[in-house]
Amino acid sequence: MRSRRKVVAGALGAVAALVLAACGGGNVASSGGSGSGGGGGAADANGVHNPSTEKGGTLRFANSGDWDSLDPADTYYAYSWDFVRLYGRALVTFKPGPGKDGTTLVPDLAESLGKPSDNAKTWTYTLRKGIKFEDGTPVTSKDVKYAVERSLDKTTFPNGPTYFNDFLDLQGYTTPYEDPSPDKLGLKAVETPDDQTIVFKLKSPFSGFDYFAQLPSTIPVPAAKDTGSKYKEHVVATGPYMFEKNDLGKSFSLVRNPNWDPATDPIRKALPDRIEVQLNVNADDIDNRLQAGDLDVGVEGTGVQPAAQGKILADQALKANTDSATVARTWFTVLSESVPPLDNIHCRKAVLYAVDKTGYQRAYGGATGGEIATSLLPPVIPGSEKFDTYPTPNNAGDIDKAKDELNQCGQPNGFTTGISYRAERPKEKATAEALQQSLSRAGIKLEIKPYPSGDYFKLYAGKPDFVKANNLGLLVYGWGADWPDGYGFLAQITDSRTIRAAGNTNLGIKDPAIDGLIDKALVTTDTPSREKIWVDIDKKVMDDAFVVPGVWAKGLLYRPPNLTNVFVTDGYQMYDYLALGTTRK
Amino acid sequence: MVEVSAPLEVTGSAAEARPEAIAEGAGGKEIQGRSLGQIAWRRLRRDKVALGGAAVIVLLILVAIFAPLIVAVLGHDPLEFHYDQVDPDLQISPKFFGGISPEYLFGVEPVNGRDIFSRVVYGARISLLIAFFATLLAVAVGTVAGVVAGYFGGWIDTLLSRTMDVFLAFPILLFALALVGIIPDQAFGLQGDALRIVLIIVIIGFSSWPYIGRIIRGQTLSLREREFVDAARSLGARTPRILFSELLPNLVAPILVYATLLIPTNILFEAALSFLGVGIRPPTPSWGGMLSDATHWFQIAPNFMVFPGLAIFVTVLAFNLFGDGLRDALDPRSR
Repeated sequence: MRSRRKVVAGALGAVAALVLAACGGGNVASSGGSGSGGGGGAADANGVHNPSTEKGGTLRFANSGDWDSLDPADTYYAYSWDFVRLYGRALVTFKPGPGKDGTTLVPDLAESLGKPSDNAKTWTYTLRKGIKFEDGTPVTSKDVKYAVERSLDKTTFPNGPTYFNDFLDLQGYTTPYEDPSPDKLGLKAVETPDDQTIVFKLKSPFSGFDYFAQLPSTIPVPAAKDTGSKYKEHVVATGPYMFEKNDLGKSFSLVRNPNWDPATDPIRKALPDRIEVQLNVNADDIDNRLQAGDLDVGVEGTGVQPAAQGKILADQALKANTDSATVARTWFTVLSESVPPLDNIHCRKAVLYAVDKTGYQRAYGGATGGEIATSLLPPVIPGSEKFDTYPTPNNAGDIDKAKDELNQCGQPNGFTTGISYRAERPKEKATAEALQQSLSRAGIKLEIKPYPSGDYFKLYAGKPDFVKANNLGLLVYGWGADWPDGYGFLAQITDSRTIRAAGNTNLGIKDPAIDGLIDKALVTTDTPSREKIWVDIDKKVMDDAFVVPGVWAKGLLYRPPNLTNVFVTDGYQMYDYLALGTTRK
Repeated sequence: MVEVSAPLEVTGSAAEARPEAIAEGAGGKEIQGRSLGQIAWRRLRRDKVALGGAAVIVLLILVAIFAPLIVAVLGHDPLEFHYDQVDPDLQISPKFFGGISPEYLFGVEPVNGRDIFSRVVYGARISLLIAFFATLLAVAVGTVAGVVAGYFGGWIDTLLSRTMDVFLAFPILLFALALVGIIPDQAFGLQGDALRIVLIIVIIGFSSWPYIGRIIRGQTLSLREREFVDAARSLGARTPRILFSELLPNLVAPILVYATLLIPTNILFEAALSFLGVGIRPPTPSWGGMLSDATHWFQIAPNFMVFPGLAIFVTVLAFNLFGDGLRDALDPRSR
């Protein structure tokens, strides 16, 4: 469950309001960010390990849990968005390239990136010719429109993102399953003037629409083959692989799709002949089997478990086969302004000075688990800056400064407050214990309160009344971006206007100045100046002492020697699954 | 074997019976009767396994009582972090078997380097406290319900027996999970660990009373038909006197035995609750909680799992052995 994109899902409804308020034009294309570090092994100049063009063999994946769904309309995990491209083609996608190269959007089903008109309120894509479904039927723009339509149905497909629901000019359209028009294509916001052209019409301008076009929701679905919530049992392939067997909850396998034409697809290498995936395999077992050569990839891409990490780091030969993937995710703790005495900025600053960040880092696995964070915005996000508003010697905390702030706060002897974390997450538990330990040095006493992670946002930390009533001064959590971009990362967690009665993902950052800056960022068309605004927001959050940044996450990925073309893409911050091949026949 | 052993056993117990009931003084001393308690004690004393169990139990109780003293001499504060003992990359102690050394007798916890020995010692407090009081509660409720049901019979018996059936059929672990999850941080004038402990005692106590209740009810049913009860009744004794002065003393043996056997069950129940994350809250050490944390580390830091696991194992075994011995001593027929 760790580091999965799932956490973000609840936030997106909230984002809608914010973005509608102010959307500007401009190009949100990403640049920058760091890719794979650590480890060694044979890598070419670009950072690709074992480059190869040799086809054949079987690639074996395993998942410690299960997909939320294999249906492109119903999935919201980063690994799933990476993997789905093996059997489906969206309008655009992230370029399969190492490091920051992987954050570039390239056309996939479409001939080129989207063409904006009407001040970025209308986006037009032209489909490549000659693309077919696995049964040989040609793919038309109507199949893409139908796919987008069905993704709007959150009753049938509750898991997927809601960007299209929030931005398209729906005019009341809800689902193709209750669409009165005979071809089920009644949505007015998407037009298909001919079989190759698709036009999206938005309620308000949004310059980053290509990021929406890379969502799996734009992978074409033939209306005749759609079986609603059962479609995930056999998704009709447009990519190089199609489903052979699908034993839901246990395993599935993919074989080559005879109707995939490499001539239409410049980005996929499609090296292996066959792909096998096992589900619900014990996470420690996956690590052991990767090292034993019985598996090729842990599909979740979040890195090995603590036990395997200890084993691998102690063994130079194993360590050489690892990649340390920098993730667009920050683990941090919010200081609740609503819980006295943390309503006083000096008490919040006292916490920030008293925290021993090295303990926070240890809770997440030491240097392998991530870098000590000094602000919210992870370094992998283009344009982010590193700064430290509350520097302490060796990041171990400065008790004198903390006591000084406590005096200014009128709590010279410290105070007592609660700290919440998600009970099922051992790393958050370790964080809560480490914070309790380090803050006690300044006389700040923490009462540790675990809550079930399933309802953490709905009933506990994300519910302002509950936070206040239960005196939860510190709220441990983390946040990952849907894609590497300042908007995707900060907007959902810092805009105070998104705070509702429950289900919040902004757990208490309230500052009109920050809201103003967000509005400004959304209408700023120039990329460098917009990136600068996101950094300003980041700085303002720290000036206000709303969060204790903990760790900018990393994942230690193990790469069995038989894998070829292995590299970490910053687009998904894990191995790029389109490029992988195997030498094991 | 059956034909051979059966007569042997009869002669054996018959030979045993005489010296037990009557002590024939070697020097022609007066022949003296022994009380049931004395007989039981003599039997128990001969059961070395049960005595071993008892010794371990006494030791554990002493450990729990003197935990701060023991830790002050042999360990460290159970909540204190020792980052210097843990490799920041490997997350575990780089030394032998999780850092076992004279300074850290059971090694240190991964990530934060807390002293496992101290935490196991302090964990004994929580485990024993909860197990004892939960058992006490179960025995109190179970005995009253059992005696009342057995003695009065009729609709009272039906009502109480069905209630026991309901409790026995209840998915108590799921219920506990749900209940402990929703309970507020302050209730009944208590908060923090104290509240959790009381809550867990109540949950465990109320889930295990029917086991005692059923046994006591059965015993009462047979006792109330005995002559001495009839005699007391014909002498004009009131119901409370019959219940508490006539019946209860005869029920002490089964109560004692089943209480001793219930304690280990309750220790395991508490460990299970802590393991599932609804027991005592961190950082207060508890054996089940430590086991739960250790599951992520057992491959590279087995000491983290071995010692709390061993503590649970030894405690449960000791109580079971002692309980078995006690039953044999008090009630040889049930052997």
